Amino acid sequence: MSDQPPPAPAKPGEKAGVNRRTFLRSSAVLGTGVAALAAALSPLRHLTDFPSTEQFLQKYYKELKPEEMAKVLTRIEDEVQKQYGKRPTVRDLKPLDGVEFVYALNLTRCIGCRKCVHACVAENNQSRDPEIQYIRVLRLPHGSLDLEKAEHNYAPESVPEKGYFYMPVQCQQCKNPPCVKVCPVHATWQEPDGVTVIDYDWCIGCRYCEAACPYWARRFNFARPSIPKDRLNLNMAYLGNRPRSRGVMEKCHFCQQRTREGRYPACLEVCPVGARKFGNILDPNSEVAFILRTKRVFIQLKEEMGTSPRFFYYFDV
Amino acid sequence: MIRASRNYLVFIGRCARIAFDGDWRYYAWMGVLTVFCLLGINAYARQFTEGLVVTGMSDEVSWGVYIANFTFLVGVAAAAVMMVIPVYIYNNEELHDLVIFGELLAVAAILMCLAFVTVDLGRPDRFWHLIPGIGQLNFPASMLSWDVIVLNGYLLLNLHICGYLLYCRYQNRKPARWFYIPFVFIAIVWAISIHTVTAFLYVGLGGRPFWNSAIVGPRFLASAFAAGPSLIILALQIIRRVTLYRVHDKALLTLRSIVQVSMLINVFLLANEVFKEFYSGNLHVASSKYLFLGLHGYHALVPWIWTAVVFNLVAMVLLVLPVSRSLKWLNLTCVLCIVGIWIEKGMGLVIPGFIPTPLGEMIEYSPSLNETLICFGIWAFGLLCYTIFLRVSVPILQGSLSKANEA
Repeated sequence: MSDQPPPAPAKPGEKAGVNRRTFLRSSAVLGTGVAALAAALSPLRHLTDFPSTEQFLQKYYKELKPEEMAKVLTRIEDEVQKQYGKRPTVRDLKPLDGVEFVYALNLTRCIGCRKCVHACVAENNQSRDPEIQYIRVLRLPHGSLDLEKAEHNYAPESVPEKGYFYMPVQCQQCKNPPCVKVCPVHATWQEPDGVTVIDYDWCIGCRYCEAACPYWARRFNFARPSIPKDRLNLNMAYLGNRPRSRGVMEKCHFCQQRTREGRYPACLEVCPVGARKFGNILDPNSEVAFILRTKRVFIQLKEEMGTSPRFFYYFDV
Repeated sequence: MIRASRNYLVFIGRCARIAFDGDWRYYAWMGVLTVFCLLGINAYARQFTEGLVVTGMSDEVSWGVYIANFTFLVGVAAAAVMMVIPVYIYNNEELHDLVIFGELLAVAAILMCLAFVTVDLGRPDRFWHLIPGIGQLNFPASMLSWDVIVLNGYLLLNLHICGYLLYCRYQNRKPARWFYIPFVFIAIVWAISIHTVTAFLYVGLGGRPFWNSAIVGPRFLASAFAAGPSLIILALQIIRRVTLYRVHDKALLTLRSIVQVSMLINVFLLANEVFKEFYSGNLHVASSKYLFLGLHGYHALVPWIWTAVVFNLVAMVLLVLPVSRSLKWLNLTCVLCIVGIWIEKGMGLVIPGFIPTPLGEMIEYSPSLNETLICFGIWAFGLLCYTIFLRVSVPILQGSLSKANEA
């Protein structure tokens, strides 16, 4: 430090206390600053979905005691009623004992009509604007499973088309889900019935899970979701199809609000060709158990990823 | 105790006062930065109100320039260590006092990193879910939780080291070695870790073959150790022009050799990556093809990456030639390094990882105006912080701001 120049001598008059002129000058600067900041923040006037105190302090799903959950469910029902004018039933449906759900999809049968996509949107209260869909149907050229050859936006007069087959892709409910591993706040996890769910009130919206998913199965609410009031499905589940807020992830949960009551998922019910099969793999008499036992060929998409999907594609052979 | 804290408060107060004091160039520079900050705040207020829909991101390309800048700046922060190692391990005297400037740059870079991550969150109001104890930090499974820990830890380490050394200098007393030397060595290891962990964020994703490559970590470090010291060289050049602080040419040339070696390694590793991707020719080359050549008629990133490649190569050649010993050429070289690496690591690494999507769809990405304004705002905020740090630390190091001349 010895070679540094000596400190500059203080200018005369610098040490004088606060006088009238400096006071006025600093007030003017301060005033301008505050005004500029206020102007910069002005878009916040249009903020309509600022979280309430209860929403802000909402606890993590797995930490809610039953009586707390009851209160939260009522609060959510109130909120939905306020926004949509109709009172839903929001339930916290628990996984059924001795059940592990598996999906099987018959690629020989699927005709690519996308009825499943629309049934899913209606059942699960997905945003219509911007559009969110959990199922993406791929049109693949005869003989290839190379997804880079897939056409996503096919729009012929009628389906099926010659020379193509169709492969609907949705959350594969992996046994070894990369999305769960990467979530920094445990906002997504695998339930005992094999379904990976999301706590919409805990997700921070970092979208790391979306980057991690090899099946492009996760969707993010980039804007506030909008659902026409008369289209709202009032049968809701906490970890299922209740309306989501802006800035959180969502995805297929095997229609939890239906399947945990013994009903089929909406995509299966609507399928006109019976290409979709769903059930409990732990029950040897279930349809899916029969398919996996008897079909000569069935595949897991991107099996080499080691994700071990609970979603199987099979062929009529 | 009370007296010690009173003394410290006087110190902080004087630092704050001097931060608002300077010549017209200082006011002009700070004024411009403040305007950009305000524009950024305005853009963020819009994003906060409407959602991330105001960005160019989509479900297909779900990370964009925020995360790209974040990745680049983690490297800048980590690179401060390249000044610390010569000083504390090899006892290089030229760089001794300059280490503080490097570490202050690290602090500013980490602040920018934290800002970039925050603006990328869909629900920033839920940041507390990350705090261990009241939240649910998914440690050690999630690489993002590692990043939260190492970045905040690195920020605290550097704040401690710089703050302590500067305060000792202010009081004109010799710093107690035990109170900072151990932290300096922890910070060296920590600096490597912040960038490695950030690389692992990408490397760990099996579903994204473009990132799922072991070379990403080493590439990150090599490019960081080229771009970071380049930024420090430019900062030092400015310091010696606008303040009375003397920065020796020798110090700049030491940094030049660090940039030189790092850039050579960086280009070498890039060549390795390109070879592996294109020679084997399997299906996973799609992202690289899209990046370097364009794919299925989509080629938004092609001009970017070739600009980066050319900048990196020209910088490398200049660094190897003796011409970059002249400080003017060195400045140019540093600018080329910084821009080249910013593109290579940001637009060239983060974006193509998403294209095509795992289901083979081609959706391109370009940042929206609002998103760009937020980025400029955060950069302006970081530069504002760094300028204030320098404004305060230069007179302390020179001795013109010291306890001896308290009023």
